[in-house]
Amino acid sequence: MDQFTINLLFVGGSFALYFGIAFWARAGSTKEFYVAGGGVHPVLNGMATAADWMSAASFISMAGLIAAGGYANSTFLMGWTGGYVLLAMLLAPYLRKFGKFTVPDFIGDRFYSRTARLVAVACLITASVTYVIGQMTGAGVAFSRFLEVDKNTGLMIAAIVVFFYAVLGGMKGITYTQVAQYVVLIIAYTIPAVFISLQLTDTFLPAIGLFSTHTESGLPLLQKLDEVVRELGFRDYTADVDNKLNMVLFTLSLMIGTAGLPHVIIRFFTVPKVADARWSAGWALVFIALLYLTAPAVASMARLNLVSTIYPSGPTEQPIEYAERPDWIQTWETTGLIKFEDKNGDGRVQFYNDTPAFKDEATTRGWNGNELVVNRDILVLANPEIANLPGWVIGLIAAGGLAAALSTAAGLLLAISSAISHDLIKGSIKPDITDKGELVAARVSMFLAIIVATYLGMNPPGFAAQVVALAFGIAAASIFPALMMGIFSKRVNSKGAIAGMLAGLLSTLVYIFIFLGWFFIPGTANLANTPDNWLFGISPLSFGAIGAVINFAVAFTVSTMTEEPPKEIQDLVESVRYPQGAGGAVDH
Amino acid sequence: MSDHSINAEKYWQANLRLILGSLVVWALASYGCAILLRPLLSGIHVGGTDLGFWFAQQGSILVFIALTFHYAWRMNKLDEEFGLQE
Repeated sequence: MDQFTINLLFVGGSFALYFGIAFWARAGSTKEFYVAGGGVHPVLNGMATAADWMSAASFISMAGLIAAGGYANSTFLMGWTGGYVLLAMLLAPYLRKFGKFTVPDFIGDRFYSRTARLVAVACLITASVTYVIGQMTGAGVAFSRFLEVDKNTGLMIAAIVVFFYAVLGGMKGITYTQVAQYVVLIIAYTIPAVFISLQLTDTFLPAIGLFSTHTESGLPLLQKLDEVVRELGFRDYTADVDNKLNMVLFTLSLMIGTAGLPHVIIRFFTVPKVADARWSAGWALVFIALLYLTAPAVASMARLNLVSTIYPSGPTEQPIEYAERPDWIQTWETTGLIKFEDKNGDGRVQFYNDTPAFKDEATTRGWNGNELVVNRDILVLANPEIANLPGWVIGLIAAGGLAAALSTAAGLLLAISSAISHDLIKGSIKPDITDKGELVAARVSMFLAIIVATYLGMNPPGFAAQVVALAFGIAAASIFPALMMGIFSKRVNSKGAIAGMLAGLLSTLVYIFIFLGWFFIPGTANLANTPDNWLFGISPLSFGAIGAVINFAVAFTVSTMTEEPPKEIQDLVESVRYPQGAGGAVDH
Repeated sequence: MSDHSINAEKYWQANLRLILGSLVVWALASYGCAILLRPLLSGIHVGGTDLGFWFAQQGSILVFIALTFHYAWRMNKLDEEFGLQE
């Protein structure tokens, strides 16, 4: 059986499973569409949250970025797990106690203002749509590879599948489907990693293998990797970073963004009790960590394997001839995600870091520039092929990557559609809308969100994980501070919250758009996105943390200058702090 | 102030102390050991690299898990102590 057929079987089989479950558990009422009737066990909820959370960014893109950046990109690992600590302690239990459907519900009630609710809707939609762009980028890469088509065709197919998938089920369908998706994606991620860890280090667990001895050379794996990449002019894999401020802010931005993302927060509305909301956050983190502890091993091992493939006799010897390149390079070339150009005309594949510092070395070796460009988003998907693993493992990883992209895209589309149909239309514009009308509005808004995300996904403002990181920055700067102040301060009033959210959102968006193009439309950036242009060396990816500080500062200042919130609001704040009498998610 | 509200106030203060303590550990593991203090810890070797690298790619995640479960366990006990459990 050829690889294409195997991929089709695995992807087709896993999709049949998800659609089957989605159909079996399809949402009957609006309430089920949003919160699954409030009756999901913490472990299952944790698993579903993990699937919802681990998107194309975690599965497809992250290890590739770590492989390329080494230690410097550990930010993704810490940022996307550390946020659960904040979520578990600062938000989840209290929002569960509050017991409504959505994030704007809470902000609208707590800040007793329709404007606050609308601003929250705007923040939520901005963050979620940006996030979906990242998902579509990743899903497009996965589809283009396994159907062996151009990346834009892959993106279109991804858009169609995601739309039907998200429309079919609401939260209830999605919760059970996502448990299945979690199982598929974690198996798909782990199995190739175990194979590769055994090949390279004789260690079964990849997380241990990362810090073990490289069997072939007898050196520690990371030391070997440092040496190999150094020979080709790259920075040491484990090298420390110079700009610690940016690293700290980026990590912080991802962490508080995690705790501010509506599709994750909404998960904690679906557990029966406040105590379960706390456990759920813990379980979600455990299930996420299973992948996140494997990812750095995948990253370093894939980097080492990639170099060994191009330089079979070591980086100081001749690279492979282009005519004899492995099949996987050829397949990825058809997607346009690997590009080769024989700059010195010797028929060999020179792959190195083309910097002024390495110029002399390159000239001595007769090299005339780096000839192989490998898109970072393909590394995880290509990893089993690079390591010559059996065909079924490659099929499995294609299925896993798509599960990751689809589950998150679906969860996000749900958050967007509920923001528009429930918070915007029912909550503000047309309160007397019927249940049926609300569902129709939900589906139309999903459709529009996909169109926008697909259009922008064709020329994404970065690799999948970077686009997703932007979404986190936006959520960090806008939603998280408002939620936190709503719970921990009785003094912050509606004017403060509105001013804070707007200041955080706008400052972050403007900073991002200046470097990455207005509304991410290619060619509209004011300044080149290079460290020299950044304010105090803070990258647009890290600015969310600054946006959050601005949000807090503005909200407190405005609140102290204006009147105290009314008594009943202070009582509301008091009541979310104590678990007793949480009840089910309240229909309203 | 009624007994009930004094009790509730104590519960909230205990919660805030627990959160603060947890956040100190959270920040020390990630921003501390993994990033800012890495040069200081570079003398401690772990599998071909240093302790800071280990914290950045593995250690901090393990600390986060421990913190989250510890918080859930402590708070659920606190709910019972104060008679606030559901």
